[in-house]
Amino acid sequence: MEHIPPPFFKRGPAPLVRLAFFASLSLALLVIDARFRYAEALRSALALIAYPLQVVAIAPVLLGERVADYFSTQAALVEDNERLRERLLAASRDAQRFEATSAEAARLRKIIGAAERLTGRAIPAEVVYANRDPFTHKVIIDKGLQHGIDPGSPVIDETGVVGQVTRAHPLVSEVTLVTDKDHAIPVQVVRNGLRAIAFGAGASGTLELRYMAANAEIENGDQLVTSGIDGTYPPGLPVASVTRVERDSTHAFARIVGQPAAGVQRGRYVLVVSHEAKLPPGPSAVQPGKERRADKPRRARLREADGPR
Amino acid sequence: MGPDSSQRILMPVRLRTVAASFVIALLFNFLPWPDLRVVPDLVSLVLVFWCVRQPRMVGLGTGWVLGLLYDAGNGVLLGQHALAYSLLAFFAMTLSRRILWFSLWGQALHVVLLLVGAQAVAVLVRVVAGAEFPGWSIFVGPLIAAALWPPATLLLLIPQQRRVSAEEVG
Repeated sequence: MEHIPPPFFKRGPAPLVRLAFFASLSLALLVIDARFRYAEALRSALALIAYPLQVVAIAPVLLGERVADYFSTQAALVEDNERLRERLLAASRDAQRFEATSAEAARLRKIIGAAERLTGRAIPAEVVYANRDPFTHKVIIDKGLQHGIDPGSPVIDETGVVGQVTRAHPLVSEVTLVTDKDHAIPVQVVRNGLRAIAFGAGASGTLELRYMAANAEIENGDQLVTSGIDGTYPPGLPVASVTRVERDSTHAFARIVGQPAAGVQRGRYVLVVSHEAKLPPGPSAVQPGKERRADKPRRARLREADGPR
Repeated sequence: MGPDSSQRILMPVRLRTVAASFVIALLFNFLPWPDLRVVPDLVSLVLVFWCVRQPRMVGLGTGWVLGLLYDAGNGVLLGQHALAYSLLAFFAMTLSRRILWFSLWGQALHVVLLLVGAQAVAVLVRVVAGAEFPGWSIFVGPLIAAALWPPATLLLLIPQQRRVSAEEVG
């Protein structure tokens, strides 16, 4: 009589073989994802599966906030109103000044024949989810490819640059914050126009200006704004303020540390600025008065600003 | 394992119990935590639990798929947790016969080794891939998760015990 193991002893391949199979599959995926960009489709599909879970997970927090809002006292509301009115006053004053300044700047740019800067569509988004990956500084926002988010678009909040969209999934996107170790952004010192590149410093939540000469003219408290020369970030957005400058004669470079201007770690609402609008315009756009694309709200506003003069 | 629990014959586990426990664990992991490093990874805990209790039903494949979902949902390097969970599932299955001989806290001591090992694999993968080391507090999460092993065991065995206790009463 043959000794065949009964069917309930069948267990498929040996566990060690299975481990080797799955481990090599994981390693292959790791290499593909880290070195090449072939795994993006798979990642998008998986992220779509995980999305409902993320929404359900975030729901109680949002609900709790809404309930807390509902029960907020009248005194708090009055106080809030007061403060908001003050801020509105200040903001409208700034806005008026901005209108005048931008009109003047447009006139000057026309004179020197520089290309008009275009600011594109801005999509408001909400941070649903701080990334659970402690190795990187990224957040997930609730707008994705379906809402017109492109990978590479800069993300700002009301006080400055937050980061850049690095991955757009159908329903959510991943934003790499300016403090991430792999993130670099070209900046300019407001005071004297000195250009530099700000790298994220990682866990400390600060930015670092690398490759600046030890005698570079930069001081504590200097404001850094985007220079716009990368074609990704629109120029003039606040990025950081310098908090520490260390000049060591033994090193060729100064060590300059800045604090991000935006609420990089705490903000909930952000604006995704559309990417295509910030590409440097072609030669035809230089000619004033020539309407190139009808969907640019900025052009209309610039003309309006020019109008009253 | 106390005498009261070892002598009791458990009902066969239902697939939906296992699936529901994994969904709840994933939900817990996707909650918006302020400091991610000290939050226990419940998916790995539940995975170890089912690999120890039901090595025929839950194994390497389950761990790998869960790891992939975790990676994609969190936007980390794809395959990082898939690798860690595969190794975790393998060692949990290998140790399953041994672990069940111990009391709940003795089991937790085994589990802490498994969870810290899995976390170490994930950290190693990321550091090799070029990320900075996020600090030793990243190993606090596995320690807390292992401390949750006894309550998690009692909780996850409830669906299998209910009818038995009803018969005893009746």
